[in-house]
Amino acid sequence: MPDLIEKKTAAKIPAQSGSSAPAPKPEKARSLGSDAWEELRRRPIFLISAALILVLIVMTLVPGLFTSVDPRAGDLRNHYLSPPNYSHLFQADWFGYDGQGRSIYSRVVHGARASIIVGICVTAAVTLTGGFIGMLAGYFGGWMDTILSRVTDVFFGIPLLLGCLVVLNSFTERTVWSVVFALTALGWTQMARVMRGSVITVKQADYVTAAKALGASTGRIMLKHILPNAIAPVIVVATIALGGYIATEATLSFLGIGLQDPTISWGIDINSAQKVIRTAPFALFFPAGMLSLTVLAFIMMGDAVRDALDPKLR
Amino acid sequence: MTTVIEKAQATDRLVPGTPLLEVRDLHVEFKTKDGIAKAVNGVNYSVSAGETLAVLGESGSGKSVTAQTIMGILDMPPGRITSGEILFRGQDMLKMSNEERRKLRGRKIAMIFQDALSSLNPVLSVGYQLGEMFRVHEGASRKEAKAKAIELMDRVRIPAAKQRVGDYPHQFSGGMRQRIMIAMALALEPDLIIADEPTTALDVTVQAQVMDLLAELQAEYHMGLILITHDLGVVADVADKIAVMYAGRIVETAPVHELYANPAHPYTEGLLRSIPRLDQKGQELYAIQGLPPNLLKVPAGCAFNPRCDKATDLCRSEIPALHQVLDRDGAELAGRKSACHLWKETLHG
Repeated sequence: MPDLIEKKTAAKIPAQSGSSAPAPKPEKARSLGSDAWEELRRRPIFLISAALILVLIVMTLVPGLFTSVDPRAGDLRNHYLSPPNYSHLFQADWFGYDGQGRSIYSRVVHGARASIIVGICVTAAVTLTGGFIGMLAGYFGGWMDTILSRVTDVFFGIPLLLGCLVVLNSFTERTVWSVVFALTALGWTQMARVMRGSVITVKQADYVTAAKALGASTGRIMLKHILPNAIAPVIVVATIALGGYIATEATLSFLGIGLQDPTISWGIDINSAQKVIRTAPFALFFPAGMLSLTVLAFIMMGDAVRDALDPKLR
Repeated sequence: MTTVIEKAQATDRLVPGTPLLEVRDLHVEFKTKDGIAKAVNGVNYSVSAGETLAVLGESGSGKSVTAQTIMGILDMPPGRITSGEILFRGQDMLKMSNEERRKLRGRKIAMIFQDALSSLNPVLSVGYQLGEMFRVHEGASRKEAKAKAIELMDRVRIPAAKQRVGDYPHQFSGGMRQRIMIAMALALEPDLIIADEPTTALDVTVQAQVMDLLAELQAEYHMGLILITHDLGVVADVADKIAVMYAGRIVETAPVHELYANPAHPYTEGLLRSIPRLDQKGQELYAIQGLPPNLLKVPAGCAFNPRCDKATDLCRSEIPALHQVLDRDGAELAGRKSACHLWKETLHG
């Protein structure tokens, strides 16, 4: 039988020739991921942001690569000592010294850890919880949607910063993880809403009906057919929010309710530098600049990834 | 893989005399803001293995709703099945559990949709989507699934299947996409395929190719085929019998050539007269006057009476039953039924 069919196939192939342009690289399996990668590799915005993020992550993991100076070692002789005309790079006094005579460069390097951990962990946690809840609400609808959406609304009504103040106040010792917890507890609502809306749009698509008609199970429809099509807006919101969470952590630390002094955070340093903004602007400039750069890098990355992941935009 | 002939024999053994699929007195309605829309009002039809039934009707005649009900993909609510049976090999599918029905879908009954671009998942390659059928239903490995996907693409005559298996739906032309939909429906060699306007979104030349392919594969696999369409031209070559639907009812059923030659319902007659023909060049094309009825307010009596130029008082008061149609000598015409009080005048007049 296969022989017979092959003969028939061969005979009738010329029927449609317009669409049969041979692929340039035969036998090369291309997944959505590899397609997106090909696309990303050629985008300067992605390359710049990826390089920045890579540097930040290395800074988080092994700050010793960038500086050997102890960020907590203060020498009051260096009280707000300004940088020496930047004549030598990557030295302890490259960025100057803060009020307690600690190297600002070293503190900026070590401060990356708090920001990156908070940003990545909160985003992951928020996307998972919010995404899960939004998926359930959007897909099943009915009473499930009613209950989940009302719960989301209740949490959404709590102002993020104020809520964090309350939650963090209840911790006797505040670490990076308590900040992650507080931001997650209050931040998941945004993701749940985006996911829900996105799932509701996607679940009405014909290919979902088609998958159902061809016998796919509910779990499979949700994971394979709805999730990949509904995730794009969530990725965009998540990356923008990632920058936001880093900024919020800095804000909380600035307000004195986030991280506490032995922990090194850009927010804490910005806070302590605000009093001397006129006399020692560099003490504010470097941690604030790093913060802005980090937030910017994640937002650019999110934009590029979104464009690459959506085959319809190509 | 069982050969086609073995499969056909097995199918016949399993159904001694009973049709593959039988829809009995199906009623479906939709709850809307303005009231209850009765989309399907007592539809009866049956398909046997190897047979093609064309369900013909305008938009809103209930043909697609019937198909969705058979597949079990009707949105409920707002839809509601008020009564009726759908027998697949003698078993009422409406009484099965969701899980039992899901196992029939894809394996025993598959569906081809109108718009292949929107019916294929845009973020998954066609090879993955074809292979998914084998992975979900037969537990095939990735590699096996891919090989089978290529085989299927070959079978529906997609050129260079091996190179194109990793392409995404938007990289294919309309006709090729519809072939992929056909391949997906065929993947597990189901007993019955429901094709809901499979060629409506395609160019006329491509329509013919796709219909030919469908008919050929149907014969090869000895499947039952329900072809839902509003295009009389598409039906003629492919179908064995036709059911014409109007306002949620079947108004006429007949073997395909008899229906074209001599319709027994004024609606069918009107439809046939409104096909443009070359020998009528320059003349005004006939059109059935008026619009299809609003399903919230179906006219009393025969639903077609406001548009029918033969309508009598009887038509305006009493809903006609689906009569057996007789020839001039009073002998029954096999498979021919008409829901018209005036079928005799229409058929013989």
